[in-house]
Amino acid sequence: MTNSQATVPEPETLVDIDLTGLPLGELGEWLETMLIIREFEDSLEPFTRTGQIPGDVHQASGQEAVAVGVMRALAPTDIVASPHRPHHHALAKGLTPRAVMAELWGRATGCSGGRGGTMHLNDFSLGYFGSNGIVGGALGIAMGAALAAKLQHTKQVCVGFFGDGAANTGRTWECVNFAALEKLPLIAVCENNQYAVETYVGRATSGKSIADRAAGFGLPAVQVDGQDVSAVYKAATEARARAMNGEGPSFIEAVTYRYHGHQTNEIVNYRTGDEVEHWRLTRDPIERLRHALEEAGLLEASKYEELVANAHEVVQDAIRFAEESPTPDPATAAEGVIGLALDSKGAE
Amino acid sequence: MSQLVTVGQAFQQGLREEMLRDDTIFVLGTDLFIRGGHFAQVKGIGAEFGPERVIDSPISEAAMVSAGVGAALNGMRPVVDLNFIDFAFGAMDEIANQAAKARYLWGRPVPLVIRASSGITLYAAQHNNSLESWFMHTPGLLVVMPSNAADTKGIIKSALRGEDPVIFLMHKRLTGARGEVGGPDDYVPIGKAAVAREGRSATVVSSGIVVGKVLKAAEILAADGIEIEVIDLRTIFPLDMDLIEGSVRKTGRALVVTEEPPYASVASEVAASIQENAFEYLDAPITRVTAAHSPIAHSPQLMEALIPQVEGIVTAVRRSFERWPSSEQ
Repeated sequence: MTNSQATVPEPETLVDIDLTGLPLGELGEWLETMLIIREFEDSLEPFTRTGQIPGDVHQASGQEAVAVGVMRALAPTDIVASPHRPHHHALAKGLTPRAVMAELWGRATGCSGGRGGTMHLNDFSLGYFGSNGIVGGALGIAMGAALAAKLQHTKQVCVGFFGDGAANTGRTWECVNFAALEKLPLIAVCENNQYAVETYVGRATSGKSIADRAAGFGLPAVQVDGQDVSAVYKAATEARARAMNGEGPSFIEAVTYRYHGHQTNEIVNYRTGDEVEHWRLTRDPIERLRHALEEAGLLEASKYEELVANAHEVVQDAIRFAEESPTPDPATAAEGVIGLALDSKGAE
Repeated sequence: MSQLVTVGQAFQQGLREEMLRDDTIFVLGTDLFIRGGHFAQVKGIGAEFGPERVIDSPISEAAMVSAGVGAALNGMRPVVDLNFIDFAFGAMDEIANQAAKARYLWGRPVPLVIRASSGITLYAAQHNNSLESWFMHTPGLLVVMPSNAADTKGIIKSALRGEDPVIFLMHKRLTGARGEVGGPDDYVPIGKAAVAREGRSATVVSSGIVVGKVLKAAEILAADGIEIEVIDLRTIFPLDMDLIEGSVRKTGRALVVTEEPPYASVASEVAASIQENAFEYLDAPITRVTAAHSPIAHSPQLMEALIPQVEGIVTAVRRSFERWPSSEQ
């Protein structure tokens, strides 16, 4: 896996992952969180069809290891910003499935009060500096937060997620350059899921790899198997240590794969069903962690079934919560646009 | 009576005083630390506060404003200095889609000042954009445009105590204009216009450098017995319509003079708001005097022909009285 542009896995069976060096006692929680993310994402499409979730959403099924691997390398006070495919990040960072689900449903109990939806989640109390609807936007916010962390000596590390599509925007590299110059405590994580909407990364991205581009800015840049939670965790742990030591930013290109289309209800005609099946069979991040835990004697089959059932119940609870939650009061629709007290008629 | 300072120095004074008070304030932009900015607007601040509070940036407007938004969300009060407002085009998503939206979406204040020099002068089309109505049109931003040293100092001090992203526009040709300024505790509130000259015949609303031209026109018109009331907007958003409407109720006539293209402009917005709220007081249609709907040319003769001048303002006021005499006259 050294080239961003052709990463269909060759093996015919599940590829092993190496748990060496991981906090073994915590891996059950990692698996539990990945299962909840998968269940959450896979539950959404029917509600977009009924309109209970207004509009479509971007699901991250298949990308769970990137979110969990990075997030478990962070401290709770660290900061994360997400792009338009954010649910896995939000859930791994500690937002509850209820708060995220209710937001997707546009309910008053959602994490953004129903104002944001999928692309504008937030919980600043958890260091979650929002999901962002504009390609490359989240990296900028994380970079700015990292500047504040450096100037105020808060010992926070900031993570900006973006996709392979954002690797072709100028702002992404403006931010990487600035972070490298200022030695900011930033981890730039490119989730290369290989399709920007329907454009294959090899069709859109010149050069050897996205990580190779980043290396040109003089910061440590690695390409890792994004379907291997262990590899992601280790890369993020190293990057965080560098940031904490004042050594500046790091760049991680996590080669991953999304099982669903760009958004719910999309007709996927730009890749084959065989390609998706091959990724599921050989690289599924949940199956690989499950298999490694079973091989290591850390997970019994009955426990796994328990985690699957738990994920189902957690997501069903979130759906019930969203469904029973009130919609926002239309009278508040234009409130809170600015903080300045508006006492002039022009601002009504 | 304080010493006269330039508008550029007034900005520097206000910024410096607030930086001494609040150590979360820092300045980020190109050519600031040594040069003090392209208009000497932060001259000496670098040497006094050091490179962690006056940060020289590469020419990456998107990164600069991103850095400002993210830092503001994480507890600081950044001043991003774009030098020229024209360079905001390279950061328009960061301004209009990030800085302006965070409070509404997330309930999180973005106490960010984006300072830039604006207005029409030399160097032709690409360095002479009037973007104030673009920003006024974007919910979530405050837009200010002081016309003198005292307001420049007083408004930057207010901006650095507020909770909103503020687009702080300083006219390039006012940089060296001198005036008195207030002391460390004198603030000029955002959202409040000022009466630059009282009058009873007509209300003329303007902002920035145009206020000076309108005041000159007022002298000429006064010789004819036309006493115009000159209102200096100071803040473009939110507009101080209470002050403007109060004046129009008194004078029965309104003109708006701005240095910007006319379509969907600040002048249009002021005119529309007046007619919506004070129509019954008007003796005449509201007149707009704006720049032409044209890019700005290099030749000074062409450039000056594109923007409001004193003679044009005088003519517009006289024409209003000629075509629509006042009901009480």
